[in-house]
Amino acid sequence: MLWLSLVGNPLALGGLIVVAVLVVISALAPLLSTHDPIAQDLAFALKPPSLANWFGTDEFGRDVYSRLVYGARTTLYISILVTVIVAPIGFVIGATAGYLGGWVDTILMRITDIFLSFPSLVLALAFSAALGPGIENAVIAIALTVWPPIARLARAETLTFRHADFVVAAELQGAGMGRVLLHHIVPLCAPSIIIRLTLNMSSIILTAAGLGFLGLGAQPPMPEWGAMAASGRQYLLDAWWLTTVPGVAILVVSLAFNLLGDGLRDIMDPRNA
Amino acid sequence: MTMIKVENLAVSYGHGHNALKVLRDVSFEVAKGETFGLVGESGCGKSTVLGALAGRIKNWSGSIVIDGEGADPKRTKSQLAKQQMVFQDPFGSIHPRHTIGRTLLEPLEIQGMDRRHERIEEVLRDVGLSHNFRYRFPHQLSGGQRQRVAIARALILKPRILLLDEPTSALDVSIQAEILNLLKDLRERENLTYVLVSHDMAVIAHLCDRIAVMHDGIFVEVTTRSSLFRGDVAHPYTRNLLDGSRGYVATKPPREVAVG
Ligand SMILES: Nc1ncnc2c1ncn2[C@@H]1O[C@H](COP(=O)(O)OP(=O)(O)OP(=O)(O)O)[C@@H](O)[C@H]1O
Ligand SMILES: [Mg+2]
Repeated sequence: MLWLSLVGNPLALGGLIVVAVLVVISALAPLLSTHDPIAQDLAFALKPPSLANWFGTDEFGRDVYSRLVYGARTTLYISILVTVIVAPIGFVIGATAGYLGGWVDTILMRITDIFLSFPSLVLALAFSAALGPGIENAVIAIALTVWPPIARLARAETLTFRHADFVVAAELQGAGMGRVLLHHIVPLCAPSIIIRLTLNMSSIILTAAGLGFLGLGAQPPMPEWGAMAASGRQYLLDAWWLTTVPGVAILVVSLAFNLLGDGLRDIMDPRNA
Repeated sequence: MTMIKVENLAVSYGHGHNALKVLRDVSFEVAKGETFGLVGESGCGKSTVLGALAGRIKNWSGSIVIDGEGADPKRTKSQLAKQQMVFQDPFGSIHPRHTIGRTLLEPLEIQGMDRRHERIEEVLRDVGLSHNFRYRFPHQLSGGQRQRVAIARALILKPRILLLDEPTSALDVSIQAEILNLLKDLRERENLTYVLVSHDMAVIAHLCDRIAVMHDGIFVEVTTRSSLFRGDVAHPYTRNLLDGSRGYVATKPPREVAVG
């Protein structure tokens, strides 16, 4: 049913296809790449796109196409890891606040507000700088900026169902907070949280690319789209492909996640039905 | 034998100056197997009485004794299982994403009861649903069937008391009688004690032995079914309520209306 309505929404379907392609590319990177992504050959530096190097070579003579393919792995790794960390944390904080109310709610939501009041890239930058460069630290830094909207959403959804008769009935049969949140609230707010996480993917990818661009994300020689775009910056006039290719990749993938998220919202959110 | 004994029950919402006293000094007893009705206008505190009995409302004062055991505001799991609630709206009282089987399984899991499969089949049979209803979702059921499921969920814990908050008022008139008959049968078969809230005098007449008339957080009168319907009531407020339930009584003959 979900699948059928997705097919009926061409933009969302396009998004889904791009995301699927990204997953396939990441999985099959060793097969799809034509060169070793980190093998340097200075004799071949800054060659324009050709039959041998489809997207040209960079300043160290590495094949840009192969680096792009391996870079998909880095991007996917960061965004999946952030999502997996953020979904349960955001849900537990928001749902606990909504369920318990009172001072627990006040404290948890003030903390959330503090995190929300900073622009996420600035916050990620600060954490990343404090934790030191590296991909794991970038994941932690991005996760710290992504959970607050999820917590807000989970709290709002929990509040709608907190006093529903079916929750009260379960409590009157002896259900505790853990059971109510896990068995009753999770199935009801899962759709909106999944939609939110999908829409968030693009900002995770952009933040990751931004950190990479500033040298705080993935460290060389690991291929990462943001870092690739950054290193090509110096050769922008002579070697346009160095920034353009990873830039277009970032654009396409984040757009795809956005379209998919919008499509899922149209399909799953009963308020749009 | 007394099943429920409530003395000087008082409930207020909020604190300090803007505290709202919803129940003031309510006392009553309900015998085993009896059905005790609560009537009164909207907002007089009927659901609050049920809430305090069920363990839903925790900030009450006074004393509640259920089945010979004093109930604290905070109940243990086995104390909670002694009385179960059936809600007014069968569309809001069953989790929309759980199958009926899952809805009925949950109380058994919470209370750690055995023979789960058999108990679910048993209770579905008791409320007149076939056992393949287990695989259905609430949106695949009619209002009456949902209310049967809600009753089944309450019964599966083998409670001594059912607290019924307008159990038929959200249902079609034709189905109301079915549910009332079911409740009546179950009361006999399982030797249950009911506390029933209703606005509908027909429902009260069908089920209740004694009826408390509430007004503004107190019981103004406790009467029996027969004296209520003989009109043999002491308090003017009760009389008022009875007249209200008989509908609009014309005091003057209606004027002729020209049809044309
Ligand atoms: N959680 C709450 N906080 C504050 N006031 C409440 C709360 N719940 C109920 N009240 C108030 O308590 C009073 C009694 O409510 P209750 O639900 O017991 O009325 P009721 O007799 O069941 O009415 P109805 O017939 O409309 O269901 C009402 O005035 C209501 O506004
Ligand atoms: Mg009520």
